[in-house]
Amino acid sequence: MTTETLPRSVPATRATTPVWRRVRPALTHVALAAAAVVMLYPVIWMVVSSLRPGNEIFREPGILVRDLRIENYRLGWNALTEPFTRYLLNSAAVVLGAIVGNLVSCSMAAYAFARLNFTGKKFWFAIMLVTIMLPIHVVIVPQYILFSQAGWINTFLPLIVPKLLATDAFFVFLMVQFIRGIPRELDEAARIDGCGKGGVFLRVILPLMVPALATTTIFTFIWTWNDFFSQLIYLTDPKMYTVPVALRAFVDATASTSWGSLFAMSVVSLVPVFLAFLLGQRFLIKGIATTGIK
Amino acid sequence: MSALSALGTLGRKKPPGQKKDNVAAYLFLTPWLLGLFVITIGPMIASLYLAFTDYNLIQAPQWTGLENFTRMLSDERLHNSLKVTFTYVLVSVPIQLAVALLLAVVLDRGVRGMAFYRSVFYLPSLLGSSVAIAILWKQIFGTDGLLNQLITPLGFAGKGWISDPSTALGTLVVLNVWTFGAPMVIFLAGLRQIPAMYYEAASVDGAGPLRRFFSITMPLLTPIIFFNLVLQIIHAFQSFTQAFVVSGGTGGPSDSTMFYTLYLYDRGFGNFDMGYASAMAWFLLVIIGVFTAANFVASKYWVFYDD
Repeated sequence: MTTETLPRSVPATRATTPVWRRVRPALTHVALAAAAVVMLYPVIWMVVSSLRPGNEIFREPGILVRDLRIENYRLGWNALTEPFTRYLLNSAAVVLGAIVGNLVSCSMAAYAFARLNFTGKKFWFAIMLVTIMLPIHVVIVPQYILFSQAGWINTFLPLIVPKLLATDAFFVFLMVQFIRGIPRELDEAARIDGCGKGGVFLRVILPLMVPALATTTIFTFIWTWNDFFSQLIYLTDPKMYTVPVALRAFVDATASTSWGSLFAMSVVSLVPVFLAFLLGQRFLIKGIATTGIK
Repeated sequence: MSALSALGTLGRKKPPGQKKDNVAAYLFLTPWLLGLFVITIGPMIASLYLAFTDYNLIQAPQWTGLENFTRMLSDERLHNSLKVTFTYVLVSVPIQLAVALLLAVVLDRGVRGMAFYRSVFYLPSLLGSSVAIAILWKQIFGTDGLLNQLITPLGFAGKGWISDPSTALGTLVVLNVWTFGAPMVIFLAGLRQIPAMYYEAASVDGAGPLRRFFSITMPLLTPIIFFNLVLQIIHAFQSFTQAFVVSGGTGGPSDSTMFYTLYLYDRGFGNFDMGYASAMAWFLLVIIGVFTAANFVASKYWVFYDD
């Protein structure tokens, strides 16, 4: 299945004269390009502004760069108690743990739901669907109590362990949908060759569901990287801050003079998301088109 | 399982319920079941209990019966946060979906470079929930921000859009509308499913573009519109980061951006009033549940299934 457009032939009506037919695509392009510029202008402006001397942010709405300065980046990198490298590494550790957790636990649950026949399957599946809609706020208070009693505050465990236990039910659902599209004959063939349930999962299903695993990886990466609420609650020691929590501390500590370095660090925090988008947009688009996740 | 017995079952469709893989299935489900009970259902029950207590994390919870709920009835800040949240959801979601639908329809007409535009429009929905974009928003709509720099030369009077309580919430609505890309991609996938022959038949009958849109596209797209509506409403009710960063964690000015989730955070993690926060959390669950159920009931009257 390809996600590229197949131009749908627009049937001629009385209104489509030859001139209109040539002018209309041009007009559409002008409108779409204008919309695209309006959408992205603020982000581009932020990148450009971060490369200008401090106070020009409040005077220069244009996006032409005359002299390129990286002083904002140097200042911002060391503006807080720890160098920004620390926060990037912390975020990377949380993201990595979350990705591994989601890949392992969600694919296991998805395989059971999609392929195995067991007592209570419909019941558990319904519960799983309901948990997708559950707001995190309903469980956050007792979860906080639970994890603080376990001594896990200011560790990454409260952010990673839930992923190892497949609490991101979104991805279970996404994978179930994907596995259902894999022909059952392949499972049967593997069984004839002597594979058990585990063998079928490891040797047949997992290799064939790589696109679903890729979608899961990229979404987990972006969501965990951007996640603020749970990181704000569980990480209060500046040494353990992740990028979003550090940025927020930076905002609070910032007088209007250091907006340049605040912008610079914001840009740094967006680079990994942008790269993930560039590399994985095929999987992202397919992922949200099939399950409607954001 | 031996190859021979596998052969025996081959080619014959197993009736459901005949052969169970209970042991294997529950082994595969173990992590998920553990998570369900320890991370989700357990805490849900605990928070339901805490909702009837006074608990500050240090002393043991004190049973107070319905006190938290009667307090909620007379808590003006809570009522205000509900008003702010409802305004945000009911204004931003319809606008966001309308923009998403409009651009999806335009892109679906076989525009050259469609994949490029789709990517450009989709990107903000990946960036939109980040602290970095909230910081950008804080600057854009500030007194010396980008917006005022752009409009004052044109003769418009600038102002502090975020420091003025009457426009602060509006800047967050704009931010949510900005992330229309995700529902747009879902609309595009839905539009792709509408058979071209419907449009051809309508054209032969003399239907113009507007007529085709309202008589074919809209009815056939209603299941997707419904799906997006349910999803985006649930999502918008839980918004937190943007209001938190833009208002510096206060929900200000004058509580004008005090989302329900912000107030919940303030009670629970700002004041460690965990009992009250739990009661609020359950009330949020009820609100979202009622909205979703109402959506499903209403859908019977306007969503059209073509099968």
